[in-house]
Amino acid sequence: MLALLLAASAPLAAQTPTLTIYTYSSFASEWGPGPAIETTFEAECGCNLEWVALDDGVSILNRLRLEGENTKADIVLGLDNNLLQAAEGTGLIAAHGLSPEGLTLPGGWSHPYFLPFDYGYFAFIYNADKLANPPASFAELLERPELTLLYQDPRTSTPGQGLLLWVQKLYGDESPQVWQNLAGRTVSVTKGWSEAYGMFLEGEADMVLSYTTSPAYHIEAEQKHQYRAAAFEEGHYMQVEVAGKIKGSSQPELAERFLQFMTSPGFQQHIPAGNWMYPVIDTELPAGFDELVTPSLPLSFSPEQVANQRRQWLRQWLSATTR
Amino acid sequence: MPWRLWWLPGGLSLLAIVLLTAAPIAALLLQGGGQAGQVLADPYLRHVVWFSFYQAGLSTLLSLGLALPLAQALSRRRFPGRALLLRLFGLSLVLPVILVVFGLVAVHGRQGWSNQLLTQLGLEPVSYLYGLSGILLAHVFFNMPLAARILLQNIEAIPASQWRLASQLGFNSRQLFRWLIWPAVRGSLPGLASLIFMLCFTSFATVMALGGGPKSTTLEVAIYQALRYDFDLPLAGSLALLQLLFCGSFLLLQYALSKPPQYRGDRLSACLRHDAPWWRTRLTDALVMTVALAIFLPPLLAIITAGLNSRLLPALTSARLWSALGQSVTIALGAGLLSVLLTLALLVTSRYLRLHLGRRGLAGTLEASGSVILVLPAVVLSTGLFILLRGVADVFALGPLLVVLVNALMALPYGLRTLQQPMERVARRYDRLCTSLKVGGMHRILLVEWPLLRQPLALALSLAMMLSLGDLSAIALFGSQRLQTLPWLLYQQLGSYQMTDAAATALVLLALNLTLFLLIERVLGGKHAHAE
Repeated sequence: MLALLLAASAPLAAQTPTLTIYTYSSFASEWGPGPAIETTFEAECGCNLEWVALDDGVSILNRLRLEGENTKADIVLGLDNNLLQAAEGTGLIAAHGLSPEGLTLPGGWSHPYFLPFDYGYFAFIYNADKLANPPASFAELLERPELTLLYQDPRTSTPGQGLLLWVQKLYGDESPQVWQNLAGRTVSVTKGWSEAYGMFLEGEADMVLSYTTSPAYHIEAEQKHQYRAAAFEEGHYMQVEVAGKIKGSSQPELAERFLQFMTSPGFQQHIPAGNWMYPVIDTELPAGFDELVTPSLPLSFSPEQVANQRRQWLRQWLSATTR
Repeated sequence: MPWRLWWLPGGLSLLAIVLLTAAPIAALLLQGGGQAGQVLADPYLRHVVWFSFYQAGLSTLLSLGLALPLAQALSRRRFPGRALLLRLFGLSLVLPVILVVFGLVAVHGRQGWSNQLLTQLGLEPVSYLYGLSGILLAHVFFNMPLAARILLQNIEAIPASQWRLASQLGFNSRQLFRWLIWPAVRGSLPGLASLIFMLCFTSFATVMALGGGPKSTTLEVAIYQALRYDFDLPLAGSLALLQLLFCGSFLLLQYALSKPPQYRGDRLSACLRHDAPWWRTRLTDALVMTVALAIFLPPLLAIITAGLNSRLLPALTSARLWSALGQSVTIALGAGLLSVLLTLALLVTSRYLRLHLGRRGLAGTLEASGSVILVLPAVVLSTGLFILLRGVADVFALGPLLVVLVNALMALPYGLRTLQQPMERVARRYDRLCTSLKVGGMHRILLVEWPLLRQPLALALSLAMMLSLGDLSAIALFGSQRLQTLPWLLYQQLGSYQMTDAAATALVLLALNLTLFLLIERVLGGKHAHAE
């Protein structure tokens, strides 16, 4: 009897396939949207979803490059619009072949390799109890050297890279001077978003690079209204977060199913109050979103521009911050 | 004792060492060895090299600058807790760096003790932990005690007759320093300086945790970043080669500058020092002791008092912590055993070479081969292995094994130093007896070697385990979601400012280290010491 049971259960256990998704740590963490999404997806796919949490967005790409063909990932989730070319260039991503309907993100979406799951705008967050008059523009930020900052390393994190592009967009050839200006009051350049935001909440700096939507977390989860995004009149750089499936995946059908699920309400409902970003389909937003700053002018570069210039801009940033 | 296989253990061990060091270096050379010169044309990398030298130089100056007056003060004063303090000074060398960083953050962070004090005094809180000042603070914490201990030994080695003479001649402070202290410490200063410089130059965990951005990046960290941030293999290779070059030169320099340890004196200097009761020396000693202790003690206290937090209990029960503990202990045990095994194998052969074949030079070379690892920073070794294995295997799946290998190699020099003399002593005393009684093979090991070498073996093992328990460089490169050791966990918790969780991890790591340290102490101070 026991032998029979064992014999029957062994293949059953082997049949539960595992879908491995590389993402960034704040997405997979217990306070992020990861666990809820995992439960929802597992209920309908009859599979086991496993998050592998890496530091931050760019580190997902770097990890993929390090592992190459040996990668254990079936899906990478958490790259952004500024990494599209580079990620495609690894040759490890498969075309998704899907055309999701009803995407509400500004500018629409048509990329053969990646699908969007949320979007937002980079912004500096401050504590209104401590900083009564925040800068109203990037220019004003530069003119007030007493304001201390925290931001993320553009080599490892998508917000850090976002700031790199934001500065590049606004200041072009003068970016090195801007970086030097900022270097003087930067408390720390952290590896990922979690580190910088944690340090900011501990009071290590006046402002931290995050998203215009971050204050919604404090309003909804903590009933705190003092954390706000500084609205800059020059406009805010836009980020679209994307996912793609791996070419060598051993679970191609499951991976495709996940990508379909990603732009459905089952996934998207967890985005606003889980990842604190804007969902990509029509989804009800928590009340806290009403208090947010909405950028009048979304800024962005084309993926080609980023791909061609990224390395050079990174070098410029490195040289300027160490001068 | 004719023993045909005498060459086998040492040969195998040597082969393993050579393969594990030469192959990664070759891999680095092939990746980007030719570009090491071009690297220096890049303004950022030039800055990195410059900063590595700059902070190491400053760290050395500050450490020695404080250690010398501290050693003077310690030689002049007897006070309750002095012996304990000196033992604590020894502890700072074997504490995992990241543990100390936790203590430093708890004391000097924005919410730390120093700022709480400032706020209570009605002053503005200050921020100085991230960047050069934080790095210097940590480096002084580690190196000042080491230097002070060695300099104190030098001062205590000054013969009593000289103190009496100086007293009779009525030397003032300057004359005492000029004619007694300076000649005693001068000899060990260059060697000490170059040792501290090298330790700070290759500092990894401190700079990673407290660097605060590209401005304060050292070469050691830049190698890691080239690999894991930019995935730039040629750059990682060139930087690693550059690092190897620098470290090799430092070691040669240190070898050339250091003198054999001096005769240990009668430690009576405190009673003999006629400058002890002077009010001026009292004042400076009090000042120096205050500064030194203010740097040294609070971080240590913070590690312990953070443990008295009420939220600690839930943090201590986290599954992540215990899985990290399990992996740490497994890796440390694996690395420790492998290291001791390699050491033993080398020494069995070198002992035979020296005592039975009279090939002293060859034996010495064999023993030195294990110490060459000192030149190889863990990051360089790991980077080479990483590049080497990337094409043929899944580096992250091999992670635990690679961390064990690198940690075992890093501990080799310490194992060799611990075991070489005891093993040779056993052979000198008992070889003839064994031959005449025809005790050989397993019998000899069980009856002669094991009882006599048990304690130095335990010492070598616990030293190697302790080093492995503190490792952050190898684990930083090979670590993953599945592979997390306590230092790596602590580093990540510190990074995301989860201070309660970090406190729990720090406490467990400290407990583990103290257990091993006590093991060392008991072995050192136990039967073995009396048998000498």
